[in-house]
Amino acid sequence: MKRLFPILSIVTVILLAYALYLALVVAPTDALQGDVYRIIYYHVPSAWTAFLLFFINFVASVRFLARSKPSTERAAKWIAIAIGVIGFIAPFLPPVRRLIPAGMEPSAVATTIVLIPILYFLVGKWFPGDRLDVLAITSAEVGVVFCTVVLITGPLWARPVWGIWWAPGDIRLTSTLVMWLIYVSYLVLRRFSTSAQTQMLAAALAVFGALDVPLVYLSIWFFRTQHPQPVIGGGGSMDPRMLHVLLFSWMAFLLFGFLVCWSRFRLELLRREVEQAQAMESLVGAAASSQASLPLSRSTR
Amino acid sequence: MSSFWAVLSATLVKDIRLEWRSKDALNSMLFFSLLVVVIFVFSFDPLAEESRHIVGGLVWVAFLFAAVVALNQTWARELRNQVLDAYRVSPAPATSLFLAKSVGNFLFVSVLEALMTPLFVVFYNLRVLGPAWQLIPIALLGTWALVVNGTFFAAMSLRTRNREIMLPLLLFPISIPALLGMVAGTTAVLTGENSAHFYIVLLLTYDVVFTTASLGLFGTILHAE
Repeated sequence: MKRLFPILSIVTVILLAYALYLALVVAPTDALQGDVYRIIYYHVPSAWTAFLLFFINFVASVRFLARSKPSTERAAKWIAIAIGVIGFIAPFLPPVRRLIPAGMEPSAVATTIVLIPILYFLVGKWFPGDRLDVLAITSAEVGVVFCTVVLITGPLWARPVWGIWWAPGDIRLTSTLVMWLIYVSYLVLRRFSTSAQTQMLAAALAVFGALDVPLVYLSIWFFRTQHPQPVIGGGGSMDPRMLHVLLFSWMAFLLFGFLVCWSRFRLELLRREVEQAQAMESLVGAAASSQASLPLSRSTR
Repeated sequence: MSSFWAVLSATLVKDIRLEWRSKDALNSMLFFSLLVVVIFVFSFDPLAEESRHIVGGLVWVAFLFAAVVALNQTWARELRNQVLDAYRVSPAPATSLFLAKSVGNFLFVSVLEALMTPLFVVFYNLRVLGPAWQLIPIALLGTWALVVNGTFFAAMSLRTRNREIMLPLLLFPISIPALLGMVAGTTAVLTGENSAHFYIVLLLTYDVVFTTASLGLFGTILHAE
């Protein structure tokens, strides 16, 4: 495993360099925006990676909370299975199908939802015990970094295209910002907690944050339909050559994100090992010194 | 079930009695929000028409800041004489303790709102153009939204360094949808330009989701030493 790391690092560097070449040279210039649009090849892959990492954080936190009692673990397992089954069937039913936005296939929605329980079980299998918490902190930290990239490249792009740095009522901008705030508060809690069970507190906060995101989306969705803002049409009618570059760029970013997560994960594991060793050492030291002082106290008596 | 209500009412009555005798939380909240109102009045000097558009935001920001003052004291009070440890080892259900604390805070913040709203009306020369009765469900649901999450995160921030500053850091990001619902709903009623129904439904959804989540997770938080 350890030998894989340098090999993967080299592959990532090559992929990122090639993605940059594709983005700056190969991808065609946008008819309306000109060359400015090329920031999309950094902006969008960062966003997708950040959302994926936040989702992993949520799954790991739920599993960590469910782990505390066998009954809740069983319940969580069945809920995950139910979500998978219902999510696989529901998008094909006519009343639900009408809710799916145009241009999105029901089969694509069904596949995405089925990925939720699969991720739930894979995370539980690959990250047993306290490693779930290490996964949660890793994904939150790296996710915040990617989300920061999104929030910096977004205004840089918006200024020349929309004429404004920030569209306050826009649904995607605001919900991304709120998500960033929630996960920063998550990291702050982890940093400042003095509890021996910081993991539990953090996992609870992560669940609250994940519940909050759809509500943020809902609240601004209504807000925006009343106050329209200039928004980019998004995907749908993208040039296939552009889409190809975008997906390649995302692949490079995913690999990069994976590498960063991997090293952060190992660092956190090592940090915990060192902490435990130090705690053991001080315990042994305290026991030795109390033994050494024992004869002295006898002689004084 | 009977022990649930017994613990709930006992804790609630105790909190109200403590507050009635000391008036610590209420006095500090009142004075704090009065200061916020006065500072807002100095900072913005709007016309009556403009103030209808901004006062929804000002009112709720003032109440949010004031509520944090009360919420910070709600659990800190139980740390003295290891009362919280006693709760932790007692077989009393954690949810009833949480509900009692939330209802207590809800009452305190509601009293604050009832006392401070006339001040806003006076300072900003407000006249409601929409259906005024809708302000009541917005206020009740919005206050509960702030208080239920606030009580939960106050318990969470007990176990952190500098806990006084930790509560707003945890509470504000999560409260953004509720705050948006309250502010936009209040503005909709004040200006009468559009319906506030959606915001009431949004606040109701928020309350249901986070009350359930808090009740489900509070036991974990209480026992996380």
